[in-house]
Amino acid sequence: MAVMRYREALNAALREELARDESVMLMGEDIGVFNGAFKVTAGLLEEFGERRVRDTPISENTIVGMGVGAAMTGLRPVVELMTINFSLLAMDQIVNHAASIRYMFGGQVKVPLVVRMPQGAGHQLGPTHSHSWEALFLHVPGLLVATPTTAADAKGLLKSAIRDDNPVIFIEHEYLYGQRGEVPDEEDFTVRFGEAAIRREGSDVTIIGISRMALTAARAAKTLSEKHGIEAEVIDPRTLRPLDLDTIVASVRKTNRCVIVEEGWPHGGVGANLAALITEQAFDDLDAPIQRVTGADVPMPYSKPLEQLAFPHEPQVIDAVLATTTSRY
Amino acid sequence: MAEPAADSTSSAALPDPEVARDWLATMTLIRRFEERAGEMYAKAKVGGFLHLAIGEEATIVGSTRALREQDYLISTYRSHGHTLARGSDPNHVMAELFGRVDGLCRGRGGSMHMFDLKRRFMGGYGIVGGNLPIAAGFALASDYNGLDEATLCQFGDGASNQGTFGETMNLAALWSLPVVFMITNNQFGMGTALERHSAVTDLLRKGEGFGVPGMRCDGMDVQDTYEVTTEALRVAREERKPVLVEALTYRFRGHSMADPEEYRTKEQVDEWRKRDPIAIFGDRLVQDGVMTDEERETLDGEAVARIDDAVAFADASPHPSPNELYDDIYVLGDQVRGWYSVDERTSTPHRGEDEREMEENLPGHTEYERAMGAPDAGSKPTDAAQADDD
Repeated sequence: MAVMRYREALNAALREELARDESVMLMGEDIGVFNGAFKVTAGLLEEFGERRVRDTPISENTIVGMGVGAAMTGLRPVVELMTINFSLLAMDQIVNHAASIRYMFGGQVKVPLVVRMPQGAGHQLGPTHSHSWEALFLHVPGLLVATPTTAADAKGLLKSAIRDDNPVIFIEHEYLYGQRGEVPDEEDFTVRFGEAAIRREGSDVTIIGISRMALTAARAAKTLSEKHGIEAEVIDPRTLRPLDLDTIVASVRKTNRCVIVEEGWPHGGVGANLAALITEQAFDDLDAPIQRVTGADVPMPYSKPLEQLAFPHEPQVIDAVLATTTSRY
Repeated sequence: MAEPAADSTSSAALPDPEVARDWLATMTLIRRFEERAGEMYAKAKVGGFLHLAIGEEATIVGSTRALREQDYLISTYRSHGHTLARGSDPNHVMAELFGRVDGLCRGRGGSMHMFDLKRRFMGGYGIVGGNLPIAAGFALASDYNGLDEATLCQFGDGASNQGTFGETMNLAALWSLPVVFMITNNQFGMGTALERHSAVTDLLRKGEGFGVPGMRCDGMDVQDTYEVTTEALRVAREERKPVLVEALTYRFRGHSMADPEEYRTKEQVDEWRKRDPIAIFGDRLVQDGVMTDEERETLDGEAVARIDDAVAFADASPHPSPNELYDDIYVLGDQVRGWYSVDERTSTPHRGEDEREMEENLPGHTEYERAMGAPDAGSKPTDAAQADDD
């Protein structure tokens, strides 16, 4: 296994798919000459040329829309949006078009498009560059949603996303770009959509962590074991659509307790959705109400201490777990 | 407000008689289709919104006849005529309006969302300006693959105010894409007149600013529209340059069926009706000896009969089965795992791959039966609801 950074794993996935399939092409703002705002596409313009790696004007809705059209007529475009906040400018093409076209046209065409974007707080980028919006895209039938946490998943899921015939919203994380991890060396390593990863096995409580929060959950689990004698099972769903609810429900049936950790907002969030699904499926197995740990219900502040307050950290996860295991339940 | 031109602007000799007859027949077919669609809407056979292209037939037929088989056509929510001109079977277009399983889109799109992949009619789109980037995407794919294809993208004067207009013009010019953008300038964005919705009313100037040169045609004249579009497509295809074509036209009917037309005068409509593209072109064919009055009447009778058949076909076509509700949301490959969709119709949520196995007598089934059986199914939108539509 090679150790590489998350961004390098993404870069390797793009490079391998560009080399493997002539119909794969990249479009995005500053992905070429500039090598990408987060250097995910570094070197790809040089290697594959301007036909296949295209710098675009700052026109998010139109870039995504061109990706939709090109996908309908035989290409497999991968569009990079510089942050998840900018995806709102492309929401018409993502929701009204990419997600709906196959259905509303009676299945006559498919839209094999990947739209990549980073999310997440922690770099003091304030309220227009820092949000976590898995829930916005999870909401939309017709889209697939991937939220890789590790370098291996970043690579394996991106390769699967490019090969999938559905429009995929591929949500990366700014904090994770620099994180290292082991990535299998095998020639054609991919990670299937709809298969959750159990990051840590445990019998006392299930902690589901979305995107970066899977790492926060794993750290909390270690502390819970060392200081509280609580063995948490940590699950990273990896993709939210399709969702591996079977793995999640099986875990909850075993532990009888569940905490969901996400960086996004609480109302209508991923945790709200998962809590509903788990309750529908496994109400009788729950010994305590499901707890959610979410980002604060505010636009993201710039101030460093305020920003740190506005997304979940290990102590909040530990508190939530302890709340599910206190004796009153 | 543009004045109707006094005479047909196309002074060129008529095309081959066979071609001329085809143009007239296709324009007539569209007219008769639209008229019957309006009647069927009044009878509640057609739901939702219905936008008719009566008056715009020359723009539709002249431009689409300039396309070759391998070229792509993409349009707006006013697209019955475009798909018919491209060769779609009127039976399936009418069945789509009826929301039936034999509709072009199996009843999922309706009037605003026609699509016929086999004829490279790449869709009617309900979002004003939403189709422009997609059109550029088709042209990008053609260019990327080195294929000798061009794309014709139709939209209205109202769409020239959308952000996608400028963004797409810029990108198409920047990347030298083989696409022709055609503004069907019917002089109103829904009920707002051109001079009230656009600071620059010379619409070609809007494209020039983004590096897309313009051409203008008389959208009431099928031959002029054909000739200008042919040249525009040649430039796109051979010179690898996008072109913006403005076709000045007029819709004789309201924006949609729920339009009281308070934004224009009857006199103005009557003035434009004098330039009815079908009447004028038909007259010319008779005058020039291409056809006799009897032949012209026969041609019209054939169109009416064709649409009668289409209505009968649509009426006989079944409603989509309840089991189709979840079809075609996703392409389910052989690696299906996990939940693609949450089906709330039963107490046991379905997995994506099980969705077809819906049983009857589920909650909601009565409503389905009611909607399927009743001829007056689906309440008509109120004027207030219609006002939200653009």
